[in-house]
Amino acid sequence: MSKQLLKGNVAFAEAAIRAGCEAYFGYPITPQTELLEHMSRRMIELNRVFLQAESEVAAINMVYGAAASGVRVMTSSSSPGISLMQEGFSYIAGSEVPAVIIDVMRGGPGLGNIQPSQSDYNQVTKTAGHGDFHPIVLAPANVQEAIDLTVLAFDLADKYLTLVFVVADGAIGQMMEPAELPPMRDLPFERPSWALTGAFNRKRNLVNSLYMGVEGLEALNLKLQAKLAQIQRDEVRYETQFVEDAEVVLVAFGTAARVAQTAVQRLRRQGLKVGLFRPITLWPFPEAALAEVADKSKALLVVEMNAGQMLHDVRQVAGIHKPVKFLGRIGGRIPLPEEVEHETEALLAQLAVAV
Amino acid sequence: MDTVVFKQNHVQPLEKITYERPSSLSDVHTHYCPGCTHGTAHRIVAEVLDELGIREDTILVSSVGCSVFSYNYFDVDACEAAHGRAPAMATGVKRVNPDKIVFTYQGDGDLASIGTAEIIHAAARGEKITVIFVNNAIYGMTGGQMAPTSLIGQKTTSSPFGRDAQLAGLPIHMAELLAQLPGTVYSVRRSLHDARHVLQAKKAIRTAFEAQIDGLGFSVVELLSSCPTNWGMTPNEALCWVEDQMVPFYPLGDYKVDERLQNRKGAKK
Repeated sequence: MSKQLLKGNVAFAEAAIRAGCEAYFGYPITPQTELLEHMSRRMIELNRVFLQAESEVAAINMVYGAAASGVRVMTSSSSPGISLMQEGFSYIAGSEVPAVIIDVMRGGPGLGNIQPSQSDYNQVTKTAGHGDFHPIVLAPANVQEAIDLTVLAFDLADKYLTLVFVVADGAIGQMMEPAELPPMRDLPFERPSWALTGAFNRKRNLVNSLYMGVEGLEALNLKLQAKLAQIQRDEVRYETQFVEDAEVVLVAFGTAARVAQTAVQRLRRQGLKVGLFRPITLWPFPEAALAEVADKSKALLVVEMNAGQMLHDVRQVAGIHKPVKFLGRIGGRIPLPEEVEHETEALLAQLAVAV
Repeated sequence: MDTVVFKQNHVQPLEKITYERPSSLSDVHTHYCPGCTHGTAHRIVAEVLDELGIREDTILVSSVGCSVFSYNYFDVDACEAAHGRAPAMATGVKRVNPDKIVFTYQGDGDLASIGTAEIIHAAARGEKITVIFVNNAIYGMTGGQMAPTSLIGQKTTSSPFGRDAQLAGLPIHMAELLAQLPGTVYSVRRSLHDARHVLQAKKAIRTAFEAQIDGLGFSVVELLSSCPTNWGMTPNEALCWVEDQMVPFYPLGDYKVDERLQNRKGAKK
């Protein structure tokens, strides 16, 4: 395989296909529609399932049905559509079936706009639906990572029988970059033993999130919590740059992290001790790794394309004594490297005065 | 009074067992109230699955409402959908199991209120699923609130003065509505208020499943049903209410029967 110029949304779709996605159900919404369009052609060519649903609500419930049947299944949407799908997320989590969701985020609240945003951080990491659950949330910062994390998403979904999100802002969905696609995987010959395939020569299978008794629902929740704890232990992913001697560490994910990286590189060339911490899993949040970095630094600067959503997780890790500043642009704006540099320099200056 | 209703049709020699539990029904007690027709509906669906020999190929998508536990009573692979979403979930199941028989079992709150988008579009797509639609003109599980199918003047816990058309609109005729969609190959209404009508309902359920077996498209059977508990009636009063009040407003009949079903081998002309 060699690199080719790929649009983020197309890369998501083709990566899913190569990871063995057998069924896709979706609904058009900007800025992810090219993903659905790619699926509409390729899935049919490959004799797999593609269906444009009547709504996001229907799409996620179709995903639920296919997931209950034991195939690799996915949907994609953008922020307002993700809000509509929350009902299905909760049922999928409660039923412990695997599914992959791509969220190409846009500005909110309400209809907001179609510009790039990281407006869904809270929604996907903390409030993806009613009840006690968290999806695994992966955040790519470029098209290659969009491909790699989509493949990983299917593997994690199967491994933990859980929902896995890949969240990108509209910029990653819309931009083109050189990237390499993985080889096409063979589809599995058999369905999992718990899947709905008809009770032929076996006891019937049931996929369900309803437990009327207190004991049953408590037992399910304890099982879910144990699974979440295992994911928190084993599936944390992040990247660091120049953090070893950094006085100020920038914390950012996705496109905001690329902007922050540019700022860090420029400031390093000026001899300033700054670094970058980039969560790749937004849930589980890389708490221990960030705490270690925070301990060694004098201050943190969180950069986001929202009003400060990951900021709360960073503050919780850093504690009340560590200065944590925030630079966010909202309404679909992407912060400029110069803004980030300026804010970082100001913070370094403050720290120098404080000493 | 139930026994009077059913007696004539079930006089059989004593030495022969003629009324066994269908193998498609699980050997458990149901949670349904005394006199509720869900039990009857379950039984005739299970008999059809047995007679067609499709139990091991069938997947049930259960809905929200009193029939939420139908997965406990049908001995088939099953899942439990969110309120109103059974046709969407069934679509997901069927599309990745095209050689299996997939059916939903939905009440009127589920199908005709919160799930209208899903049922309309499943029918519009000609989704090859079968829908058993139990219409008892009330929300049973939540304790007797007004349903989209509640009759004008019907008193419920959320229409205490009787359903007022000015306030709450008019009841929906789903069998007629779904028959309008080109993807629907079979849409009929039957009633469960006496033995003769139960047998007619069973025949319709069989045809609906045959439509799916033949891969023709979307099939639905609406069953007028009773809810003695929430109607505040005895079981027999409730069956009489179905016959006297519901049947005149919701006429029984065939609203769409695809000609391929009419010409099917063994079909009655």
